[in-house]
Amino acid sequence: MPKDTGIGASSKRREDVRFLSGRGNYTDDLAMHGQTYAVFVRSNVAHGRIKSIDTSAASKMPGVLAIFTGEDFKDVGGNPAGWLINSRDGTPMREPKRPVLAHGKVRHVGDAYAAVVAETYNQAKDAAQQLADDSEIEELPAIVDMRKAVADPSNRVHDEIPDNLCFDWGWIEDNRAAVDAAFKSAPHITTLELVNNRLVPNAMEPRSSIGEYFPGTGDYKLTTTSQNPHLTRLLVSAFVLGIPENKLTVVAPDVGGGFGSKIYHYGEEALVLAASRKLGRPVRWTAERTESFLTDAHGRDHVTKIEMASTKDGEILAIRTETLANVGAYLSNFSTATPTFLHGTLMAGPYKVPHVYVNVKTVFTNTAPVDAYRGAGRPEATFSIERIVDKMCRELGLDPFEVRRKNLIQPDQFPYTTPVGLVYDTGNYQATLDKLIELADVAGFEGRAAASKAKGKLRGMGLSTWIEACGIAPSNLVGVLGSRVGLYDAATVRVNATGNISVMTGAHSHGQGHETVFAQIVAEKLGIAESSVEIVHGDTSKIPFGMGSYGSRSLAVCGAAMTKAVDKIIAKGKKIAAHMLEASENDIVFADGKFSVAGTDKAKSFGEIAFSAYVPHNYPLETLEPGLEETAFYDPANFTYPAGAYLCEVEVDPETGKVDIASFTCADDFGHVMNPMIVEGQVHGGVGQGIGQALLENTAYDENGQLLTASYMDYAMPRADDVPFYTVDHSCVTPCTHNPLGVKGCGEAGAIGSPPAVVNAVIDALHRGGHTHVKHIDMPVSPSRVWQAING
Amino acid sequence: MHNFDFVKPSSIADAVKALSKEGAQALSGGQTLTPTMKQRLAAPTVLVSLTGIDEMKGVCLGEDGLSIGAATPHAVVAKEAAKHYPALAMLAGGIGDPAVRNRGTIGGSLANNDPAACYPAGVLGSGATVVTNRRKIAADDYFQGMFTTALEEGEIITGVTFPIPEKAAYVKFNQPASRFALTAVFVAKFKDGVRVAVTGASNDGVFRWSEAEKALSGHFAASAVEGLSVSSDGMIGDLHGTPAYRANLVKVLTKRAVAAAQ
Repeated sequence: MPKDTGIGASSKRREDVRFLSGRGNYTDDLAMHGQTYAVFVRSNVAHGRIKSIDTSAASKMPGVLAIFTGEDFKDVGGNPAGWLINSRDGTPMREPKRPVLAHGKVRHVGDAYAAVVAETYNQAKDAAQQLADDSEIEELPAIVDMRKAVADPSNRVHDEIPDNLCFDWGWIEDNRAAVDAAFKSAPHITTLELVNNRLVPNAMEPRSSIGEYFPGTGDYKLTTTSQNPHLTRLLVSAFVLGIPENKLTVVAPDVGGGFGSKIYHYGEEALVLAASRKLGRPVRWTAERTESFLTDAHGRDHVTKIEMASTKDGEILAIRTETLANVGAYLSNFSTATPTFLHGTLMAGPYKVPHVYVNVKTVFTNTAPVDAYRGAGRPEATFSIERIVDKMCRELGLDPFEVRRKNLIQPDQFPYTTPVGLVYDTGNYQATLDKLIELADVAGFEGRAAASKAKGKLRGMGLSTWIEACGIAPSNLVGVLGSRVGLYDAATVRVNATGNISVMTGAHSHGQGHETVFAQIVAEKLGIAESSVEIVHGDTSKIPFGMGSYGSRSLAVCGAAMTKAVDKIIAKGKKIAAHMLEASENDIVFADGKFSVAGTDKAKSFGEIAFSAYVPHNYPLETLEPGLEETAFYDPANFTYPAGAYLCEVEVDPETGKVDIASFTCADDFGHVMNPMIVEGQVHGGVGQGIGQALLENTAYDENGQLLTASYMDYAMPRADDVPFYTVDHSCVTPCTHNPLGVKGCGEAGAIGSPPAVVNAVIDALHRGGHTHVKHIDMPVSPSRVWQAING
Repeated sequence: MHNFDFVKPSSIADAVKALSKEGAQALSGGQTLTPTMKQRLAAPTVLVSLTGIDEMKGVCLGEDGLSIGAATPHAVVAKEAAKHYPALAMLAGGIGDPAVRNRGTIGGSLANNDPAACYPAGVLGSGATVVTNRRKIAADDYFQGMFTTALEEGEIITGVTFPIPEKAAYVKFNQPASRFALTAVFVAKFKDGVRVAVTGASNDGVFRWSEAEKALSGHFAASAVEGLSVSSDGMIGDLHGTPAYRANLVKVLTKRAVAAAQ
């Protein structure tokens, strides 16, 4: 019987009450006394040299309080990349400075080179327009296409980087000879060139920041749309403005979606702080939707050639890839980790592949920065592998279910060491595949295909068996790999005197439902009501130093820290109980919210122990501190490895090329599930984003670096009627072996596993319809592309 | 958005007077004008709302056909025209989303004449008459190319009169992002012949596909169009479809519209 409270219950999302009733507390909702408005002057050319910015007219306009240009920040620090990646030859990546405001050159459309602060938004907007008119920017040829960028050394995004190459990375370089040898002797080689399309994150809430400087104390406060307030504080303090960490508070209140784009520190945050310091008044900025399109860190954007060596009966012998990964004009914080350690390390997939070699060249272009976006590197790896497995099956006339089954790592092979540096701790990929085949009624496909045919439609079925590494990340391991930060997390559990609880977590909820799930866990562990637990997040002045939420890490890492802190609470409670019950600590057991003496009916409730800790009249003061509050830091021993199998069925209209998703079925292994309803919601959302990438979302720059899809008139987001009613299952459970909750993470799974299932289904439909010349269609698989492929 | 004055007259005469001021701009449902102003791409000094004029609102069946006031929102047309002219009601009910349909008006859509808008196909395909404060304009004379109409300075649309065909249908293929018509076809069969109007496809805006009209006037069945071909010359080519793709859609959607016509 399903539980109705605690771990495993589908507790309703408590935060939704305020979100759905308009009582959320978002950055742009906060009114500040004496507030002023910043508007940024952004480049309308992709590449240009700033010749002059004449501020004289703009500065005299009504309401204008201050104007900033790149000159004002040329002597402060830059926004750094979070990972240092070395090239195959051992040389470190090229890391150009990313200033608060562009100085010398502008490098993408939307690159901010000046800012105006005024009394009202419209005054700032007027003056920004004037400043744009009074700026002379010499347009330079734009570098947009990655292949051209690395081929033409005369044209440079950064003058000091001759070939626009950030690094040329090999993973694992020592594997290369064996991989090449495997290809030389392989009975069959499948080759596929594909594009993993660039995506605009499109969080519902645009980025927004308020800077406040308090002259009385010299303190600063940044309220901002962040998934990761402590990282932003660290970057602003240690790298950009030099404000001491203990003089800067960063608050990320309710945040309306991030999908990765709000992990990073952006120049606008530094600007509002610096401007507030200058003016002694709060300075606020909220992106217009166009600014979001032009300046939020985009996702994906890989061009990949993948080769697979196999036997004639489909046993995979080796995988080799060459990828060009776009980082855009500047290195965003995780941009160098995403195409490397979040991508190359997953290139064995869930398969027993003896030999894998991955080469990634990361390229600067005059486009918006590209960074981690839901899945981050793992969707790119999964798409490449799952598309080429399907192509191999088609070339050899093999059944895609059977070929996958043959190659999947067997349940008794865990822990399994891959040739690309990971140790999968646990899994049962056969089980999720079996579950999928049952749930998706694969046996009934031919009947459904016949029904589609009768309507003039082509039906196809696409499979994807995926794995990801999340629960980011073991600090010592990522340190070796180039990370410049630790990736542990922290939690403080504060039991109040009246027995209710405040939990301060380093995780940040921007839609995930942490306030509900974390309360379920703490309540279950302490045997108290969920309603007695309050979750506090997003404010560096309240929470312990944590690394925020991304990479499906909140439960696996932050939840683990919370569990450790609760364990410390229970351990201390036992000491207090032993004193009060005049028993030995070793005889105290804690269960169902009660501390009792084993084998007796002597007991104290959790509330009595809490009260005693704060009113320590009968308390072992000589050996134990009063109070009941514990902090724990948790650094994971390994990544977690959620995995699953997805099946998509599509109907293709051969006359128009339109693809409809007929059904989508997911069988996932997320380890133990804390709240099934929330997990299912995460999968729905992730698959929705994956369908968006596969069918709809196209980020197109023209040859001049102008973003053609800079609004919803041309950038197609998935809508409710683009997606089916999903069938989602998470009953196959192999618990994670190395975190206390046995959880693996579910936030990115849907976006990782789904795109290849969709595209495989479209190709299958076309083949079944006789269009066997179609080997691949790049995403988004739009109606016109499908029609073109059929008629090409 | 720049600052502007706002007036909301209650008669056509007052509206025309208000529009004679320098920098004045008519505002109907505002579904194109308001976003344009928010992006600072238009900066009228006076907005003259046309939505407070009773004589420009409503759906009414008369001797000449179905008359629709220019300031009637799409949602009202979708509901009130359903009984008299289902194909037109369906067209109106498929524009944008509920918010757009509750604000956007038929007059606004026709005055703007977006090359991918739905109403131009309904009006041209029906051979409707556009009524202004000065005259009556036949649909064939009204549409003069992308965002271009026969309207003169100071002239406002007050209503549209649709003759009601024996059979008609509108089939729209959505542009995936905007859900405007990537291409859409309105087919109407009258006693004296068939009209076929295409929107979304041509660089010249809405147009009549006369070969199909001829073929369908002889035999009103999808098969009558089968042998025809559509040239991609002058068709729109963009991110969402090449000229050849749109030319294909013209034929496919015409066949489907004929099949759907009732």
